[in-house]
Amino acid sequence: MTETIGIWIAAFLTLCMFSFLYKDNPFYKFAEHLFVGVSMGYYIPYTYYNAFIPYAYNPLFLKKEYILIIPFIIGFLYWFRFSSKFSWVSRYPIAFGMGMVGMGVPMSMHATVLVQMRSMMLPLDNINIILIFVGTISILLYFFFSKAHEGVYGKFTSVGIWFMMVGFGASFGYTVMARISLLIGRIQFLLGDWLGLIK
Amino acid sequence: MKRQIPLMIVLILGLLFVAHVFIPSKISTDYLEWFMKWTKVIGPFAIVLGVFSLVYVHYNKIKRKAPNWGYSIVTLTALVVTTAVGFIWGIQEGTPYMWIFKNFNVPLGATMFSLLAFYIASAAYKAFRARSVEATVLLVAAIIVMLGRVSIGQAITHWIPDITEWILNVPNLAAKRGIALGVGLGMTATSLKIMLGIERSYLGGKD
Repeated sequence: MTETIGIWIAAFLTLCMFSFLYKDNPFYKFAEHLFVGVSMGYYIPYTYYNAFIPYAYNPLFLKKEYILIIPFIIGFLYWFRFSSKFSWVSRYPIAFGMGMVGMGVPMSMHATVLVQMRSMMLPLDNINIILIFVGTISILLYFFFSKAHEGVYGKFTSVGIWFMMVGFGASFGYTVMARISLLIGRIQFLLGDWLGLIK
Repeated sequence: MKRQIPLMIVLILGLLFVAHVFIPSKISTDYLEWFMKWTKVIGPFAIVLGVFSLVYVHYNKIKRKAPNWGYSIVTLTALVVTTAVGFIWGIQEGTPYMWIFKNFNVPLGATMFSLLAFYIASAAYKAFRARSVEATVLLVAAIIVMLGRVSIGQAITHWIPDITEWILNVPNLAAKRGIALGVGLGMTATSLKIMLGIERSYLGGKD
């Protein structure tokens, strides 16, 4: 019984969302606002049970790790954001989180620069490796603005645009297919689980 | 006090993180462990900001009887009911909380994102009409990749999946690598700017 009610509710909400294809209307607005409320409502108990209890409450109150009172206090400082006079206090927990950027310096240099360069420095012994090498260099030069893009140099950098266009086309094709698969999933739900027209 | 101390915190923690990466030792591992433990305690407190902000916006809309204020009642009711259900019956599989997730969140989220299939197609038509050679290259690459990922591509000719693989592994890889190198350098520069206090917009406020 509960499952049937659930399927009917899900079908109704799916149709409410799809109604936007016609135009913005009260059914879509209802579903949209419901989605916002339910999503936020979902994350409150989820965060409480999966983050607050195991990492904050249990270690402090059950395992008696009293040193955790300090991050507790730092966490509370977030709430000063609501005060117009003391909102600057909320910068302390934000700054604590921002400390992580220190990791970003060597890690991004390693993962996105050094590793990519090492993967590119292969013996140019087949056409695909040559194409990848030429493509990467031409794209990098396209974004180098200290020299005017004219003459032979300009022609070479325009090769970079071609490579980027193919790359953007591939990414776009992938994105479309991901959305289409979601759409197929919803149509299958409506025709299969709800109406029982397909098995 | 208002700006200098937060900037000092970022600088000191940031330098310790740089040291953690370059000088692997027990002390640096302990530092990372300590930081992660404290971050996990501090993190959940931030959700209150999001909840308060949402409630504040919708409460004010209802209070002022702003246009479409009735929908704000829907949002706040959904928020209160879902939260209450989660706290009363728990969040395990088989609870009313998971029933709401399965029958409200999942269909609403999936349908909202599936709507993009229609809009992305019409946006693509407007943006990529083959006005130039470059736009045509983009369009052709997108069509081949789309066809290469479904069975109809194989049915037309077995070349399409092969060309798709080639596009993804050669020109696409070159493009992604070129962009990744630029992004990597940009991330390093931005991280340094934040650490050294040159970029401080994340602090917000005027004073």
